[in-house]
Amino acid sequence: MSVLLIAEHNNKEVKPFTLNAITAASQIDQDLHVLLIGSKADDVAKSLSEVPLVKKVLHIDHEIYENYIAENYTAAILKHADKYSHIICSANTFGKNLMPRVAALLDISQVSDIIKVISPDTFLRPIYAGNAFATVKSNDERKCVTIRPTSFEAAETTGGSAEIEKIDAADQTENTKFINREEIKSDRPELGTARIVISGGRGLQSGENFKLITDVADKLNAAIGASRAAVDAGYITNEYQVGQTGKVVVPDLYIAVGISGAIQHLAGMKESKVIVAINKDGEAPIFSVADYGLEADLFEALPQFLEELNKLNTIQK
Amino acid sequence: MKILVAVKRVIDYNVQIRVKEDGSGVVTDNVKMSTNPPDDNAIEEAVKIKEAGKATEIIAVTVGEEKAQETVRKALAVGADRGIHVKVDGTIEPLAVSKILKKIVEKENPDLVFMGKQAIDDDCNQTGQMLAAHLNWPQATFASKIEVNDKSLKVTREVDEGLETIEVNAPAIVTCDLRLNEPRYASLPNIMKAKKKPIEQINASDLGVDTNPRIEHIKIEEPPKRKAGIKVASVEELVQKLKNEAKVI
Repeated sequence: MSVLLIAEHNNKEVKPFTLNAITAASQIDQDLHVLLIGSKADDVAKSLSEVPLVKKVLHIDHEIYENYIAENYTAAILKHADKYSHIICSANTFGKNLMPRVAALLDISQVSDIIKVISPDTFLRPIYAGNAFATVKSNDERKCVTIRPTSFEAAETTGGSAEIEKIDAADQTENTKFINREEIKSDRPELGTARIVISGGRGLQSGENFKLITDVADKLNAAIGASRAAVDAGYITNEYQVGQTGKVVVPDLYIAVGISGAIQHLAGMKESKVIVAINKDGEAPIFSVADYGLEADLFEALPQFLEELNKLNTIQK
Repeated sequence: MKILVAVKRVIDYNVQIRVKEDGSGVVTDNVKMSTNPPDDNAIEEAVKIKEAGKATEIIAVTVGEEKAQETVRKALAVGADRGIHVKVDGTIEPLAVSKILKKIVEKENPDLVFMGKQAIDDDCNQTGQMLAAHLNWPQATFASKIEVNDKSLKVTREVDEGLETIEVNAPAIVTCDLRLNEPRYASLPNIMKAKKKPIEQINASDLGVDTNPRIEHIKIEEPPKRKAGIKVASVEELVQKLKNEAKVI
C-alpha cells in the first residue's frame, strides 16, 4: 500500500496547503509518494523531495501542464495511479475541482474534506456547514480523499532527500482552454494560513469603509476576510470570502467586524482559537461563538482599536 | 441549445441543524426543506440564457425520494419547460447520482448541464465533476459568469486566488457559484402554470445503476461546543484581554 498525493503549485513553488495535505496523507500510510504535474517545475520537484515525509516524487514535465486544467491533470493521474491504495489532495478549489473527476473514472466514492484520519479507511468530516461531524468508513477497495488543509499542521519542508522519478505525460484535452487568471497580489499574509484574520461584513456599508479593516490588518499583520454578504454587496472581491462556500480559516485570532454570523459564515471560522466579535446588534448570532464580544458601533470601535494597539507598541518599546 | 439542470432537495439553509441523539443522522422530520441554494442559481442562469434566445429548452431533473419532486416543480415555476424525477429512496452518494444523470443525459442529449457547485447538506462538491468524467465532457466548476457562444462557453470561475477564465466546448458541464446571478422568485401565475407542466417519473432501479452506498456513516455527532465567551465593555478592555488573557496580540 502506498498513497499518492497530488501537489498543487504554480510551477515555481509548492502551494502551502499541499504541505498540510502531506501531513494528513502520511497519517494514512507512511509510504507517501507525491505526484507533481507541471511545466518546467524542477524547482518544485526539488523542494517536494526535501519534505521529510515524502518518500518519492513522481514528476511529469510537459508544456501542456503550464496551466492547471482538471481534464489534463486527471488523465495524467489515471496513467500512474494504478498501484496506489489512496489518492489524496487538498480540499481547496484546486482539489475540489480535480478529485471527483479522478474518483468517478476509478469508480470510487470520494470522501471529501476530511478533518481527521481515524484509520486508513475511516475519517471524520464536517457536514451541514460544520453543524454535524460524520465518522465515515469507505468500503471501496481504493480511496479518493480530499483534506481540509486547516485541520492538519503543515509538513516540515527541509531535511528530506526523496528520489525524483520523471514519468510520462498523458494526452491533452482539446475541449478546455485556459484563458487567464486574475490573481490579486498582496503583501499581507494569506487568508488560509494567517495567524490573525480580521473580517468585515455588511455592517461596513461600503467598499471604501473596508479601509478601517485594512488599517487594523496592517497593524496586526493580519489577513483580511469578508462575509458573503459583503462580497455579494460588492464591497470586496470573492477571494476574501470566509464561509461554507468560501474559505475555511483557523487562525489564532479571528476578528469579525459588522458580521451578523449567519450559519454559512460560522462554518468558515468557528474553529478559530480566539474569536472576537464587534457588532452593534447585541443579539447578533456571531456573539454566540465569540470569546470576546464588543457591542459597539464599528465606525467608532475600529479607530479606537487601532489607537489602543498603537499604545501597546509604545509600552513595549 | 438544450440545457439540463440538476437540482437537489436539502434542509433549508436557514434551519439550525439538530443531530439525532442515537448518532444516526440529523433531524429531518418537520424541518423546512428547499432547493439547494446554488441549484437555484443554475436554474436562473439557464432561464436567462433561454430568455436571451440562446437556448430552446430547459429540463429540470432531480434524483431522490417522492418529495424531491417539489424542487423540480419550483424549477418549472421559474422557467424550466419540463421535469424529470428519478425516484430513489434512502441515502444516495454523488457517485451514484452522477451515474444516474449520465443515463438521463444519454436519453435527452442536452448541450449543457448546469447544477450547483455543492449541496449544503453533505457538502461533498462532487456530482458535476463526476458527471463530466463519466461523459468525458469538459467541466467548468464554481462559475460566477457564463458567456454563451456558438459552440462554446466562456466561464469565469471563483478560485482561491481570485478569478480564472476558461473556455469549454459544448457539450459541457457547468457547476454554479452563488454569485452567478440573483435567482428570481416564482410569480403566482407561473406557479399555477408550472402545475400543468409535465414531470416524468423514472425509477432509479430501471436505469441499471447500482445506487448502494459505498461509504458507511458510522456516527453523526455534534461538533465540540465552544465554551461561552464574555462581553467586554470597551475597546480598551478588549485589547487588554487579547494581550493579557488570550495572549494573541
